[in-house]
Amino acid sequence: MTSASLSRWLLVGEWRAHVAQVLVALIAIAIGVAMAYSIHLINTAAFNEFSAASKHLSGQADMQVRGRKAYFDESLYPWLANQKDVAVANPMLELDVAVVGKQSIRSDQKLKILGIDMFRAAQISPDLLGLPAQGKTLDRLASDTIFLSPAAMEWLQVQQDDELQVYAGLHTLTLRVAGGLVRARAGQRLAVMDIGAMQWRFEQLGLLSRIELKLQPGVNHHAFKARLAEELGSSYWVTEAADQELRVENMSRAYRINLNMLALVALFTGAFLVFSAQALSVIRRRQQFALLRVLGVTRVQLLRQMITEGIFLGALGSLLGLSLGYLIAVMAIQFLDGNLGSSFFPGVKPGIFFDPIAAMLFFGIGLCVTLIGSIVPAMEAARTRPALALRAGSEHAVIEKLASPWPALICLGGALLFTQLPPILELPVFGYLAIMLLLIGGIALMPRFTAGFFSFLTARLHRYQIGAVSALVLARLTNAPSQAAMALGGILASFSLMVAMAIMVMSFRVSIDHWLGQVLPADLYVRVATTGDQGGFQVTQQQDIAGLAGIERVDLFRTQQLILDASRPEITLFARPIDGNDPRNTLPLTDDVIASGSLPEGVMPMWVSEAMVDLYGYRVGERVQFPVGASFHEFVVVGIWRDYGRQFGAVQIQLADYQRLSGDLSINTAAIWLRHGMTVDTAIEDMRRLDFGSALEISRSSDMRALSLKIFDRSFAVTYVLETVAVIIGLLGVGASFSAQTLARAKEFGMLRHVGMTRRQILAMLAAEGGLLTALGTTLGFVLGWSISLILIFIVNPQSFHWTMQLYVPWSWLLAVALLMLISAALTALMAGRQAVSGQVIRAVKEDW
Amino acid sequence: MLELINVNKAYAGRQVLANLSHMLRSGEYVAIMGESGVGKSTLLNLIAGLDAPDSGDIRVNGVAISQLNDDAATRLRREQFGFVFQAFHVLPHLTVHQNIALPLLLNDRSTDRVEQMLANVGLQGRGEHFPRELSGGELQRVAIARALIHRPALVLADEPTGNLDPDTAHDILQLMRSEIKANGATGILVTHSHVAAGTADIVLNLTKNGLFQAQPEHRR
Repeated sequence: MTSASLSRWLLVGEWRAHVAQVLVALIAIAIGVAMAYSIHLINTAAFNEFSAASKHLSGQADMQVRGRKAYFDESLYPWLANQKDVAVANPMLELDVAVVGKQSIRSDQKLKILGIDMFRAAQISPDLLGLPAQGKTLDRLASDTIFLSPAAMEWLQVQQDDELQVYAGLHTLTLRVAGGLVRARAGQRLAVMDIGAMQWRFEQLGLLSRIELKLQPGVNHHAFKARLAEELGSSYWVTEAADQELRVENMSRAYRINLNMLALVALFTGAFLVFSAQALSVIRRRQQFALLRVLGVTRVQLLRQMITEGIFLGALGSLLGLSLGYLIAVMAIQFLDGNLGSSFFPGVKPGIFFDPIAAMLFFGIGLCVTLIGSIVPAMEAARTRPALALRAGSEHAVIEKLASPWPALICLGGALLFTQLPPILELPVFGYLAIMLLLIGGIALMPRFTAGFFSFLTARLHRYQIGAVSALVLARLTNAPSQAAMALGGILASFSLMVAMAIMVMSFRVSIDHWLGQVLPADLYVRVATTGDQGGFQVTQQQDIAGLAGIERVDLFRTQQLILDASRPEITLFARPIDGNDPRNTLPLTDDVIASGSLPEGVMPMWVSEAMVDLYGYRVGERVQFPVGASFHEFVVVGIWRDYGRQFGAVQIQLADYQRLSGDLSINTAAIWLRHGMTVDTAIEDMRRLDFGSALEISRSSDMRALSLKIFDRSFAVTYVLETVAVIIGLLGVGASFSAQTLARAKEFGMLRHVGMTRRQILAMLAAEGGLLTALGTTLGFVLGWSISLILIFIVNPQSFHWTMQLYVPWSWLLAVALLMLISAALTALMAGRQAVSGQVIRAVKEDW
Repeated sequence: MLELINVNKAYAGRQVLANLSHMLRSGEYVAIMGESGVGKSTLLNLIAGLDAPDSGDIRVNGVAISQLNDDAATRLRREQFGFVFQAFHVLPHLTVHQNIALPLLLNDRSTDRVEQMLANVGLQGRGEHFPRELSGGELQRVAIARALIHRPALVLADEPTGNLDPDTAHDILQLMRSEIKANGATGILVTHSHVAAGTADIVLNLTKNGLFQAQPEHRR
């Protein structure tokens, strides 16, 4: 038998004696790891599936050629196909179309249809070929047939030979489901048609979305790409498969990283609980450790013992968390799909697979977090001089040393410094570090603040006659603030994070609500069911709408998707009438604007979204070359507007400028203001009676606003879950800390009972201590949370998503949660106290431990 | 076996021990008496290497413990010392057997002797009990067993019967003496009790002027 047995005995003995505290610490770590791991698994699975689905559409193509605009002229195709280095060129047309009977206002309710050349696709993307019924091979080339993936058939509730009605421009198109696809990914909603038929039936004659290229063997891809890009000029992008992946990665990266950060926050809260549990354990076992030191255990051995305990706790908690995280991920995919409430990965149905490398990473994070929580108390335990520790009543000295304000002040200073630093790789790395330092610094200052506050309170109350219970409560809170603050570490961490998230989400929601009011000022919005990037309403149809009775004003919009950088998602161009004298009447502008009067004559103004500033470096006053129509034109950036709808950038220009430069007079959307006395229902009925009325998407601005807020709430559902988890972990921590402290004070209670305090008085004392501490904790938590929310709102959000917002505090909700926590903490303290005073008082006094 | 050479120790400006010198031979069992605050516990802490003298030297079997670093002093204590405290100081979450075996484990030695020691201190069959199931006297028996299990050269006992009733105290003192003698150890018993001191071979009085031998008043 060796000292390893002693280590095991001490570990098992300690855990057996304090099962509740160990369980709470284990649960805290497990929940933190589980949340982080499950979110990682879901996001990775969704991302991989989305990426694989994108690759599936490209087949074995080496390169893709796209236009800056979503669609380009097909005359490029024969030129490319005749290039000597090109083995196969495969033209494709891609449309997201509205289906009759489906809610077309939402992008995830549209059907993606690919138009392919069956003969070319057979060489590059054979999986996309349709599978016609036996003897009907020509269905692949027919103009009225469509092939659907299994997921699309299930979603549309159709089978082979059924009819499917979709909107094509201003009319309805009936297609026959001719069969399935050779291979489609699980959950991928996809339809395939012959490209010629599709161009004709969907009124996209002569247009392509992209051309996929397979190069001859031995061709240098890099050199070919460079040469082709040069020959094609600035109207086209030539991309490789890796560029596509980068584009998908860029699209959802900020969202995925922010969710992961939130999950790590739950784990971080767990670290405070581990610290609190280990520190209290050191206090409780102070004499035990001293005895071990007297008996011959060296400092290093003691340190090793404490660290071993931390390792076991972290390893067990992390393993538990990994299993739980896997289960959560599987269930979330079942019930929430892979989007976790967002819409970054539409139409994918990912499967969760155990990822050993990620599992090891999150196991390591769980372990490290536990060790960080264990190391300070362990060092303190090893440093204590045994002769001093063996004396009773010296327990308070243990943690008081941790009350030095310098580490806390250094953390707060660091946080302040980090808020001033720019993002790294477009991620707010320093913003998150600042939040972490702010939390650590704030919590580390808690003992000092507690002592100062209660000393002040005691001094103020000195002149008044206060009862014994109040005097005892104040004396303890003033003279043993570190122990008191220890109990609050978890609650302070979780409550401040909850406050921060609540303020951020509320600020975001209110900002979006105001923004929707600004960007949706009309009564009705009328669109043509989507037909690619073509403007749906021609001039005559625009006149038909404007000529309807009861309409006061019609604003016409032309929108287009443009690619300005092949590695980034598309930006949106809005051409619309903008009030030149005061653009604020039309756009939700920030303060950064050039007054209309100060612009030189003949200059075309452009208003850019905040994302354009961050991602493309557009600045107010700058002259930029921007593609409109077939070529680039010079605009001057005259203002920046808030856009919560498009994270990857959008610009607005005058409709007149657009029409003059492009010659395109069609429009996509009409914003309609009704005359006084005209009801919305009547106006909608009138529009439906137009020749093209059945193909119109008519939305009330109030419905669009409600839908947007509903989508917002759904995207933040995961955030609410994580917040709740953090608070539950915090409350568990308060329960465990109070229980541990109360049990450790059994002798004190025994003595108090001897000198004449009633059981009720002791319980009142404990409830008051718990209540006062939690009140102080929630107040400080609010201040800390408010500071963190400033970082989230003014640093993390703009750096991640490229939009700013105004600050709003949900006072009533925060007060309700604070009250709930106050009551919970007081009740927890009371329950722990009942346990402590229920034992034999005499025994409590005689106990040595 | 134990040499105290001009030992000085002061706490917060108050001189507790001044030029204290004494020599203890192997196998001797001495009691140290003295008024409260005269420095008895301080002296024990210095001998055990738990505290360092301001000046002077303390040698255990020729080794100057006061000049050892913490690790070396700890190793010496682990191998050569046994301790018995007034407040028992047994670990509550370890069984009686495990508590007694602690010094053996720390010295990487076999725990075979524990059963014999349990029998010696009258705790046969109680090895798997936890401290909370034992009386005060039984707890002190555990402490004595733990102090002697690894055959230390020097046993230090600080008021070992202070928390016990007279009959139990008598039994414990006899047990301690007999076990120290049976193990060939040197014993130092710090006490206020003349009865307890009477079980020792020699009684020393600690005063502010030094250590002086006194005749035992009682010898049972």
